[in-house]
Amino acid sequence: MLVLIGIAIIIAGFLLRFNPLLVIMASALATGLAAGLDIAAIVAAFGKAFNDTRYVSIIWIVLPVIGLLEAYGLQQHARSLIDRMKGATLGRLLAGYLLLRQALSAVGLTSVAGHAQTVRPLVAPMAEAAAEAKNDALTGEQREEVKAFAAATDNVGLFFGEDIFLAIGSILLMKGLLDGYGYQIEPLHFSLWAIPTAIAAFLIHGFRLRRLEKRMAQKRMEKREAGA
Amino acid sequence: MITLGFVYVLAGLAFAAFALLGLADRSNPKRFGNAAFWGLMATSMLAGDHLGDFGNGLLVLALVAIAGTGQIGRAPGGEVPTDLQAERAAQQGNVLLLIALIIPVVALAGTFLFKWVPGLADPKQATLISLAIGVLIALAVGMARLRPPALLPLQQGRRLLDAVGWAAILPQMLASLGAVFALAGVGEVVGGLIGGAIPEGSLFGAVLAFGLGMALFTMVMGNAFAAFPVMMAAVGLPLLIRHYNGDPAVIAAIGMLAGFCGTLMTPMAANFNLVPAALLELKNPYGVIRAQIGTALPLLAVNILFIWLFAF
Repeated sequence: MLVLIGIAIIIAGFLLRFNPLLVIMASALATGLAAGLDIAAIVAAFGKAFNDTRYVSIIWIVLPVIGLLEAYGLQQHARSLIDRMKGATLGRLLAGYLLLRQALSAVGLTSVAGHAQTVRPLVAPMAEAAAEAKNDALTGEQREEVKAFAAATDNVGLFFGEDIFLAIGSILLMKGLLDGYGYQIEPLHFSLWAIPTAIAAFLIHGFRLRRLEKRMAQKRMEKREAGA
Repeated sequence: MITLGFVYVLAGLAFAAFALLGLADRSNPKRFGNAAFWGLMATSMLAGDHLGDFGNGLLVLALVAIAGTGQIGRAPGGEVPTDLQAERAAQQGNVLLLIALIIPVVALAGTFLFKWVPGLADPKQATLISLAIGVLIALAVGMARLRPPALLPLQQGRRLLDAVGWAAILPQMLASLGAVFALAGVGEVVGGLIGGAIPEGSLFGAVLAFGLGMALFTMVMGNAFAAFPVMMAAVGLPLLIRHYNGDPAVIAAIGMLAGFCGTLMTPMAANFNLVPAALLELKNPYGVIRAQIGTALPLLAVNILFIWLFAF
């Protein structure tokens, strides 16, 4: 039971908004001590894991390219493309990206798109432009919500597409675990059973995107009436 | 053969450049902290395999000490003015878009190429290696077409990374914490608690506990992979599969997706939820999570229902 102290520290630390890096280190030390490890062993275990998971942090190598293109106006160009497309509403744009992200993830191409690669330089400015087409005076709060939804759409598309792919880590984890329990299951069965949820995710998130679009357009009429 | 080691060298050089440019930026009062922080990340990428486990642990402690005492921060400004950006955008037009698309297209093509033609690159890491190659090609094309000052990509990249700040290494830190949790047996304890809370004789109660447990434990750990073995051992295997004869493929596949609903709702999944908020410069660090809860909760209910309908 004592090892759960690390979880308590994490929850309290995030709620009290301490620096998360400090909270994580405190949690690791407390958990390790509760499990009877000495400090040097905990530091070494953390260091080994940190070194083994360096691939998590390599995504930042895309920043020089994004920085270069943004300095030359990539975000403005992405916006102007949407301005020229008459049918590109906020809901359709993000639902289209959701479908594309789900489809790419379903064939194993999870790192092709992402927050650094596609959301910041392309999807978020396009979503802003599409929202502005219906509401020329987006408030700061509305702008935040549109950008947050662009990132959310990327996550939903990734999470509820990737498990359809046979060779993704989570499928291999399921197969390995059930093999250990004596159940031999073809990876294809896990993949197929991910499809109903993928469809449900598209419908639920797509519905919310339509409502977001309506909400963004509605405020404009309210503002106009207030102005008139 | 190209391995992940090549990508680590590339990332190490990028972090080293960010550290040096940061050090030279006299407009930033926290330039020494920034340089030390990104310099340590460069060291980890370039030499992590030679530092030993304890050495890497000390490196992490130093990173935490620098960030935790508020020694890193961004200098104000540095962006190219918006009207200049708009003017250049009008000149360059679709060239910018095409260069931006080089990265995903090369990642896509390389993934297939490296799997079909063995010996070129480590097929297990094909996408990450292709992504890195895509970055290099996009950078080369961008330099040739746009002819920016030589250091502009690195300076602008540094500005973006400084805007993200210490959150940039949060995902890696949380993954490492998960390893310590596993070592200490946290999962078994949580699984035992949830397993003990299920009312006896209720199939739907067991399905509900399994689905909610996956989501909740994923929220705590920030990762459905950590929750899955625990919840399977505590509820999935003994109750749903063995006692109620459920289909193990359905229980595992949809149970994992119930966990993913938890991932959408937790700051512990920093790379999906906190990093994009920083990257998009949102005022509310929890803005992305707020946008996701409305999708995650109904989808969690749907997943629990699907297990109940399809597995039995």
